[in-house]
Amino acid sequence: MSATKPVIETAREVLQTAHAAGATSADVVVVSQEAHAASVRLGEVESVELSRQKRLGLRCFRGHSSAIASTADFSASGLESFVRETVAMANVLPEDPDSGLPDATLLERNAPDLQLEDPGGFHIDGDGSITAARDCEEAAMGADPRIRNSEGATSSASASEIAYASSIGFEGHYRTTNHSLSVSPIAEENDAMQGDYWWDSARSREDLADPAEIGRIAAARTLRRLGARKLATTRAPVIFEAPIAASLLGHLAGAICGGALYRKLSFLQERLGEVIASPLVQITDEGRLPGGPASRPFDAEGLPTRSTTIVKDGRLESFLLDTYAGRKLGRPSTGSASRSIGDAPGASPTNFRLAPGLTPASDLITGISRGLLVTSLSGMGVNTITGDYSRGASGLWIEGGEIAYPVEEITIAGNLIDMFQSIDALGDDLRPRSGIAAPSLRIAEMTIAGS
Amino acid sequence: MSTDDSKDSITAIDTRFGLDARQLEQTLGTALARKSDFADLYFELRESTHVGLEEGLVKRANVSISQGVGVRVLAEEKTGYAYSDEITPEALELAAASARTIAHGSSAERRIAVRTGIASPSHNLYPIDAKGVSRPLPDRIDLLQKIDKEARKFDSRICNVMANLAIEEKQILVTNSEGTHIADSQPLVRVNVSCVAESGGKRETGNAGAGGRFSIGFYLDEPEQAFRLARDAARQAIVNLDAEEAPAGEMKVVLGPGWPGVLLHEAVGHGLEGDFNRKKTSAFADRIGDRVASELCTVVDDGAMERRRGSLNMDDEGTPTGRTVLIEKGRLRGYLQDRLNARLMGVSPTGNGRRESFMHAPLPRMTNTFMLSGEDDPGDILRSVDNGIYAVSFGGGQVDITNGKFVFSAREAYRIEGGKVGAPLKGVTLIGNGPDALTRISRVGNDLALDEGIGVCGKDGQSVPVGVGLPTIRLDGMTVGGTRT
Repeated sequence: MSATKPVIETAREVLQTAHAAGATSADVVVVSQEAHAASVRLGEVESVELSRQKRLGLRCFRGHSSAIASTADFSASGLESFVRETVAMANVLPEDPDSGLPDATLLERNAPDLQLEDPGGFHIDGDGSITAARDCEEAAMGADPRIRNSEGATSSASASEIAYASSIGFEGHYRTTNHSLSVSPIAEENDAMQGDYWWDSARSREDLADPAEIGRIAAARTLRRLGARKLATTRAPVIFEAPIAASLLGHLAGAICGGALYRKLSFLQERLGEVIASPLVQITDEGRLPGGPASRPFDAEGLPTRSTTIVKDGRLESFLLDTYAGRKLGRPSTGSASRSIGDAPGASPTNFRLAPGLTPASDLITGISRGLLVTSLSGMGVNTITGDYSRGASGLWIEGGEIAYPVEEITIAGNLIDMFQSIDALGDDLRPRSGIAAPSLRIAEMTIAGS
Repeated sequence: MSTDDSKDSITAIDTRFGLDARQLEQTLGTALARKSDFADLYFELRESTHVGLEEGLVKRANVSISQGVGVRVLAEEKTGYAYSDEITPEALELAAASARTIAHGSSAERRIAVRTGIASPSHNLYPIDAKGVSRPLPDRIDLLQKIDKEARKFDSRICNVMANLAIEEKQILVTNSEGTHIADSQPLVRVNVSCVAESGGKRETGNAGAGGRFSIGFYLDEPEQAFRLARDAARQAIVNLDAEEAPAGEMKVVLGPGWPGVLLHEAVGHGLEGDFNRKKTSAFADRIGDRVASELCTVVDDGAMERRRGSLNMDDEGTPTGRTVLIEKGRLRGYLQDRLNARLMGVSPTGNGRRESFMHAPLPRMTNTFMLSGEDDPGDILRSVDNGIYAVSFGGGQVDITNGKFVFSAREAYRIEGGKVGAPLKGVTLIGNGPDALTRISRVGNDLALDEGIGVCGKDGQSVPVGVGLPTIRLDGMTVGGTRT
């Protein structure tokens, strides 16, 4: 709010203080963010929110013992005692021989500009946001007389600056901006209500889809749920619509990250080099996609980010590792460390993509005599250590290669390895608007529980 | 940080931020554009500490200190909200000016009077003795190492133990344009143990946790309370090693006491929150007085229970907490309200206006939600089922407020055959319809238990601690989402 010094300078000073307080090594991350959001419901402004925030995370080592702390108090005296107490905490902890900063020779020395910032700069446009949200909701509400209520439309914008410095000589910082627009209409027919939503997100406001287009898609997604029935329990082919397929890919992403692996919590433990999916499946993690929603020029330990082939023709080619998990597993880091401000670095995916196929998504139902197109999933029935999968679902029932009627209050169940191995078709509809993204995909058979 | 001693909360928060009544009056005056509007300031100071063990080693300790203020203006149905982690007169003025942009009205300054002394809530559900909420780090490290030993001792197939001690000390101050000027100091601790069992190439996990609004000293003084969790997590992991595939389809389901109360949280609790009912986006809208459960069911939300994780002396708008009857003998009686929705619906707030932090505006939220005991013997309830499922522990759930469909997933469940508990089952997900599910309850046990104190509820991106509770119940005809047809 008041004029502040560049975040990288603060990071540098904190490192010096940590060293003076007795830390043998340390790293610091500083994130500052400015954000605005406006919501419109039934045509009226419902809420406007504005925020400014700055937080600092410090990790201190005393030999192989470490402690982590975060604060929002940037006063000189506040930071001084914060650093001292973090070092004191590290003194008390046992030694972990695998802990520590990465090898300095591996650090990124020339971080690229990944175009993560709106080239036009960041300006909060309160009236523009309200207009976009209003247009978006109006298009959804106007799409059909059965849409008479709404959870509203929200237009958000944020700008962040991320700085990272470590005592082995790394200093880097970058800025990102993000704009998003979403709407959640509600339709009613025969006294039964159904809601759904649609959204878009981009680095710059200009790249967002037309608000009316977002509204129309949300309306169509909501209307197609009206009149949903329950199914009788059965086994059948299941198509995951693209936004839902991304959640499946997310379970796989979690299972190949270092933290799950060295803790023995992954259903893909010891499967490196093995066929874990259908030969159709190609998965990459693209850390440096220009303007990508999850791109980063360096990772949370200062290592270069990269493109990593995860699955090639169904074979598991690589895990995603940070330095610590890499040491535990006897492998090098893949530059995949990320870090929430008050926690230790851990590997996580960036732009994690299942490559699209050639089949137009709408043709995936062709030839299915009876099957399920899943459009929404709920609940937490995924056991990531065994891969056992059972989640609540709703969607569209398919008969004779065509959409027959909407269904709800059912579950779909299987095992993630079996599910990935029995993918028999991929759609062409990858929508690269979120970090983890997948096209529509078809699984040969799953158990569907209903009445 | 952990060595901090004096915790006289009521003076601490305003002293720390250098706040005086004059400054608060000025900020509220800036926030308010019109006479009919309402404004509040929510100051928060929070320190959270986690110490974690895995692979037999306490590897890290994390401390997070956060502070900030949220300024809110309510004008009819509109909310203006601004927050900042900088608490200076300039930052407060800027936040207040931003929040008021919601109200289009005259720009006349309005005089607000803030009393000089800060009030305290009328009850104290979580008194803390002079030793404070925390304990020295070496003592906490020692307890974690003993938890690890206790879990591994349970069975040689336990190959990893993850244990965590979490302590949160939060101080809040709520000042509003209607004269409320009140502070609370809210402790929250939690112990979590997770075990991995490995045998013959199969691996499984087991989890147990407990906590509430008291000092972590409770577990250091009575380590058996923590060891019990260690053994339970290990036992669950071992049980799950032998779990069979669950059946798919509709069947009778018996839920054990305590944590399976997450059923109520998902099936009815969220659907009875005031905002969804004011906006008529809930499947329960306009249904007060209707039959929504079997007449064996009385469900309440009670934020005023001593030491409970979901309890609060006052909610995050300064309203005292209390008990709200949601369903009485099967009939829908009430909704959970915050100020905004209570005012717009013409009812009183129920002390359920909660927020994750100063970064969020309050929403109507649950506290401790549970069903009162019935009359049946729990053993009789199990014996009454010829073929069904007995679920005793759950991972989590989700609900679609609008169509009422909810789902929740068991972490420990068994087959019931001929009235007897049989083989453990994996992948038991239950799905149902909120306004219908509780009408299927045919037996209610006399063994109400609340969960151990580990619940987290998410809504609109905000997480808050909650409690649930349930006696043993029998539901006739729930869809079980297994794999076996």
